[in-house]
Amino acid sequence: MTTPGRVVATDGPAGPGGPVGAGRTVLRVDGLSVGTRQTPLLSDVSFSVDRGERVGLIGESGSGKSLTALAVMGLLPEGLGASGDVRLSARTPAARNLLGVGEREMARVRGDGMSMVFQEPMTALNPTMRVGDQVAEVMLLHRTQPSRSAARRRVVELLGQVDLPDPAHLARSYPHELSGGQRQRVVLAIALANDPALLICDEPTTALDVTVQATVLDLVVRGVEERDSAMLFITHDLGVVATVCERVLVMYGGRIVEAGPVQEVFADPRHRYTQGLVAASDLAGADGRRGRAQLPTIPGTVPPAGRFPSGCVFRTRCTHATQACASQPPWTPRGKHPAGAAAYGHACVHPAGGDDD
Amino acid sequence: MSEALQGVPALGPVGGPGGGAAAGPLAVEGAGRRRALNPSLLIGGSIVLAIVLLALVSYVWTPWPPMRVLPVEPYQTPNAEHWLGTDRLRRDVLTQILVGARTTLFVGLVAVGVAAVVGVPLGILAAMSPGWLGQLVMRTNDVLLAFPALLLAIMFAALYGGSTRVAMIAIGIATIPAFARITRSGALGVMASEYVVAARSAGRSALGIAGRHVLPNVAGLVIVQASVSFAIAILAEAALAYLGLGTPTGQASWGRMLFEAQTTLRSAPHLALVPGAAIALSVLGFNLFGDGLRDWLDPKLEGR
Amino acid sequence: MILRLLQRLVVLVTSLVVASLVVFGFMRVLPGDPARVALGVNASDAAVAQLREQFGLDRPVPVQYLDWVGGLLTLDPGIEFVSRAAIGPQIADRLQVTLWLVVASMVLALVIALPVGLWMAVRHRHWDGVVLSALSQVGVAVPAFLAGIVLISVFAVRLRWVPSGGWVVPAQDPVGFLQRLALPTLSLALVQAAVLARYIRSAVLDVLREDYLRTARAKGLRPVQALVRHGLRNAAVPVVTVLGLQLATLLIGAVVIERVFVIPGLGSLLLDSVAKRELLTVQAVVMVLVVAVLVINFVVDLLYLVIDPRLRTGAR
Repeated sequence: MTTPGRVVATDGPAGPGGPVGAGRTVLRVDGLSVGTRQTPLLSDVSFSVDRGERVGLIGESGSGKSLTALAVMGLLPEGLGASGDVRLSARTPAARNLLGVGEREMARVRGDGMSMVFQEPMTALNPTMRVGDQVAEVMLLHRTQPSRSAARRRVVELLGQVDLPDPAHLARSYPHELSGGQRQRVVLAIALANDPALLICDEPTTALDVTVQATVLDLVVRGVEERDSAMLFITHDLGVVATVCERVLVMYGGRIVEAGPVQEVFADPRHRYTQGLVAASDLAGADGRRGRAQLPTIPGTVPPAGRFPSGCVFRTRCTHATQACASQPPWTPRGKHPAGAAAYGHACVHPAGGDDD
Repeated sequence: MSEALQGVPALGPVGGPGGGAAAGPLAVEGAGRRRALNPSLLIGGSIVLAIVLLALVSYVWTPWPPMRVLPVEPYQTPNAEHWLGTDRLRRDVLTQILVGARTTLFVGLVAVGVAAVVGVPLGILAAMSPGWLGQLVMRTNDVLLAFPALLLAIMFAALYGGSTRVAMIAIGIATIPAFARITRSGALGVMASEYVVAARSAGRSALGIAGRHVLPNVAGLVIVQASVSFAIAILAEAALAYLGLGTPTGQASWGRMLFEAQTTLRSAPHLALVPGAAIALSVLGFNLFGDGLRDWLDPKLEGR
Repeated sequence: MILRLLQRLVVLVTSLVVASLVVFGFMRVLPGDPARVALGVNASDAAVAQLREQFGLDRPVPVQYLDWVGGLLTLDPGIEFVSRAAIGPQIADRLQVTLWLVVASMVLALVIALPVGLWMAVRHRHWDGVVLSALSQVGVAVPAFLAGIVLISVFAVRLRWVPSGGWVVPAQDPVGFLQRLALPTLSLALVQAAVLARYIRSAVLDVLREDYLRTARAKGLRPVQALVRHGLRNAAVPVVTVLGLQLATLLIGAVVIERVFVIPGLGSLLLDSVAKRELLTVQAVVMVLVVAVLVINFVVDLLYLVIDPRLRTGAR
């Protein structure tokens, strides 16, 4: 049970063994549902993230991961509505449901109490604005730096912190003059500029070259560790979750189907979907059973949004599905977890039972 | 066990390339609206169809004999006998509008035809010959763009006198660059596609590729351009006729009717309003039709 | 950056040369004999020959071309066949009038189109955005001269607020000048504003879909703030293109509008010369208009470089 890997350099108190408790909860999402008037896209999503904790959110494309992040940020596309309860303890304790506050107040939280790194670094920056100004803007906007010149000095520091070479010079360049990896570092610098209590990363390395993925991941982790920030990390890459996160939420069909500590969930998945995900990735490779050609796949494809079956959302692709799966499976807690029952358990009527299958 | 989890590359068969981030909200937006007939296409198409039908009807039937001075009172306002009134020369306005629709459509057809027949091959040529030839075609094209239809038509009228034929040829020539440009941009996309690269490496001739792959793929763009150019041609014809440089007196033309009505704006404003509305409506029809067609052919662009 | 600038300059100069060749070819070579055109078919051969000699039309075509281009460069395009009036001063006089019209229309069109286009984009899913969009679509379909006729019949003929046409010099009678400028400007501007507003709408809609606008929102900018700070400059590139095209359209549209409102501008000179068969004047006016269009294109190209840093280095 040693987490530090080649990417993560854990040296703070925020490791997986660190204290976790209700008083440290930064983000609490309760019964979050998102959808258009006709089509539900997320249903009853509940989870929490503590200070200094790194939680992964995984699932196939179209499972609702990004939608969860956008709902928390209050940046849902036009036409989608959210209900439920989303609370953030940033500079002030969570007093209000973020889903109920107005745009003006929400804007005050965004970029300050919580911030987000998006998937596509090539298009995430304004092409007609110098990158330094784009970093400075978020500090001037939230008045975390007293003056333009102070903000500019801080920009150089921040760009240095994300290991960009010659930050003073680089701050004066335009996005198109930077590589994808460099741009993503700038986006990260923007996200971290105001020391957010919560950082949401939506597939931050998926669009990058394999060679720079690890470096950027390292910077993300270092950034949140230095600030003791909570992190919600969205990816479809189980390997990345395993290196970056302590806890994982598995999402399918707009629902969280399984949750728990990364090691337990990946080594001994209970939900049949998680089981399929793990089997289809080559996480098990080091056991000597490696054989890329024989990776099993999950049969079928993810249904289009809104076309998931009633009851267990996975039952149309599940080889173990029975009549019982036609009604929504209850959440089954799996073990004690300080963050509550929702943090460790699954919603499966026919769970995989350890090693027997 | 945990060591096994470290630094493993992405899952193979489960998460497809592209990742989930974009697919979430975007997938919702695009779902289920593909290829629906949009209102622009329906309204524009109906207007265009109506004008074509009216023009065709005028060959077999008009309320009164066309372009004939009638034994009736001039300057009548719309009434039961003359649905849209009569003009200074005692002609029936509705009859003139119907016959004028022929002129409008004829000018548009010839102008757009000339432009497409010359412009499309030029555009394909420019796209398929990357060297100086393509450059030359496009540069000349850019210069020709500086000669709008109306200006070119005025130049021609100065030389050959104003007539419907001169007008439509001038408008056609002035419209060539628009076709060449849109065809080239579409053809460049086709030329870069894998199946064309494959066809080339398989040794297909340039002409074969142009006919088999490029032309069918730019056809949609060309049709959309034709609709938009048709609207511009109608506007240009009307303006020329209004200036006295297009369709001459004695022949039905909406622009000509406007010109003749201008002196009697106070006493008989309907003589200007009726042909004016006909011009505006047909331009609107072709514009909407083009817009709708573009959205229909390429749903990604919807609403732009 | 300097390299880009030079590149654009070279394009401008070659375009000007090609354009002059096209105009010369059309107006001088194609008709065969401008002198014959000017004097008409009934003129005696001797009179035509005399005119040809006087105007140097009997010289080889390349010499005539160079002579003509030289005249243009020294702003002296010669004299008319029949009246013998100098063409240069006439053009200069008329150009002033047309410029007032074009510039006033462009400014007015922008003032109308900018807020309307933005509104249409931001509210494109709401009824008011849809209604405005439909209205603009109708506006695009109305030819400027039709708008002019309607405006005359309402404001000049019925209400008698302003004269139905004519022109006075602003220094002489500022009020009368503005009164006579109002309707032609409005007729040109309304139609142009409709076109422009539609382009602004689609450019802004494109920008609203961009990832960097979401990034701006994630920073804590409110939607309108994000659009103004990060969207407008990026939306400006396609809009500037259209502005250039529109300025060219306005120049040509002014030809017709001047006829509607009996304004002694460049367009009236052109049409009068066509009627009088003064090919040299037609040629000169056409060239002035074409040069204006090409110079506008050049300025648009330069504006791209100012707006979009990506184009400066040629990364795209």
